[in-house]
Amino acid sequence: MTALLLRGSALRGGRVLLRDLDLAVAAGQWTCLLGPSGVGKTTILRLCAGLANGVEWRGRLVTPGPGQVALMAQDDLLLPWLSARDNVALGARLRGVPPDLAQADRLLARVGLAGRAGHKPAALSGGERQRVALARTLMEDRPVILLDEPFSALDAGTRARMQDLAAELLARRTVLMVTHDPAEAARLGEAIHILTGAGAERIVPPAGPIPRAVEDPGLLRVQAALLARLRAGVPCAA
Amino acid sequence: MRGVIGGGASAAMALVLWAGLVRLFDLPRFILPGPGAVAAALWRDRLLLADHAATTLTEIGAGLVIGTLLGALLALVLALLPGLARGLHPVLIVSQTVPVFALAPILTLWLGYGMAAKIVMAVLIIFFPVSTGFLHGLRRTEPGWLALARVMGGGRWRILWHLRVPAALPDLAGGLRLAATYAPIGAVIGEWVGGSRGLGYLMLMANGRARTDLLFAALLVLVALTLVLRAAADRLADRLTRHATGS
Repeated sequence: MTALLLRGSALRGGRVLLRDLDLAVAAGQWTCLLGPSGVGKTTILRLCAGLANGVEWRGRLVTPGPGQVALMAQDDLLLPWLSARDNVALGARLRGVPPDLAQADRLLARVGLAGRAGHKPAALSGGERQRVALARTLMEDRPVILLDEPFSALDAGTRARMQDLAAELLARRTVLMVTHDPAEAARLGEAIHILTGAGAERIVPPAGPIPRAVEDPGLLRVQAALLARLRAGVPCAA
Repeated sequence: MRGVIGGGASAAMALVLWAGLVRLFDLPRFILPGPGAVAAALWRDRLLLADHAATTLTEIGAGLVIGTLLGALLALVLALLPGLARGLHPVLIVSQTVPVFALAPILTLWLGYGMAAKIVMAVLIIFFPVSTGFLHGLRRTEPGWLALARVMGGGRWRILWHLRVPAALPDLAGGLRLAATYAPIGAVIGEWVGGSRGLGYLMLMANGRARTDLLFAALLVLVALTLVLRAAADRLADRLTRHATGS
């Protein structure tokens, strides 16, 4: 089943942001969107999130309606004056419904921050703040999850742990993850698309369930192929 | 602590210089009284000074509260209605070119010799720094937060209340800092132009009666009041900034 479909071109003020894109995201799995900076990955996420103000779409566009999407970005976007618990529960407050703080605490425990619910973001490490952001994303409990390079600011060890945690907690959801890291795409992608100026190209992902082991030979082959394509800058026949 | 010591040292130096000048040129009391004479006046007329200071402080306090509320309210309205903000911008700019002091006689004419004219003077002076400071903060909320809030399905008012206002509190505090320094000026000028109470009135009266020592004593009380207000505003600003940054 297709959860997201972007077939066509995006323009803003007459300027083409995305040309002849054909991207279908299947429901219930992780789709990784890989590409160089400035190729329009962020535009795709904004279109899916309903945030693309002033962007005109020519073609077919199937995106989730309002209230169907949760967003997690590279920046944790935690409000510094709120505790971890209140940050996790922010969505309810913004919608004007009473927040379920017990659920917020349960989710914080699931991301390994059981004792830190009362801490403000300034008292947490970068990895811990991103865990809070993950708990906030889970708290929203939306069918479609958009991840905008969520782990790229973390150090290698923390990043690998966060990938494991996110893959476990967001299993069987519709996840669209934008990344510029071929290793990440090969680890987490159940479908992988490379985005270039010429459109999106589908790459066969490594076999096996995610998160895949980093030393898996199949993963390493796909990672190398992805990197080669990014270096060449143009899609080539698989 | 070093600041206190440094401040004390420079104040002591100024006092010595002041006393030296008075001695050296043998200045008469009604031109420039020495520190001793002013201190004596400060003590002798302490009840009179306290009475008038209470009036001025009331005017400043009322002006600060009303001016801050009105200024913050305008900032909130303009933050929610950018179209109105664009339309009002030139009006606000032009209104700031009118010297508030020049309005003092008119305000006295309209509102009489009581406290109202002085409070309105203080409000007029406070209003603008508070509203521009707060509006500036409300307008530059981290775009990522706003995007997140919209994806979460937050309404305009709730986003304003839960996100933009708390994030802009340090800017509001910056406006309050300016306001605390300017408010006494507004009140005192109001008292100069027309009134029968307050430190400004007392200074004018002392001047007319060649009680220069009393004039200086009133001035010292005013400076002390302003410093206390300013320190309170600084503390509040620090607290709000610490709150907004979560430190």
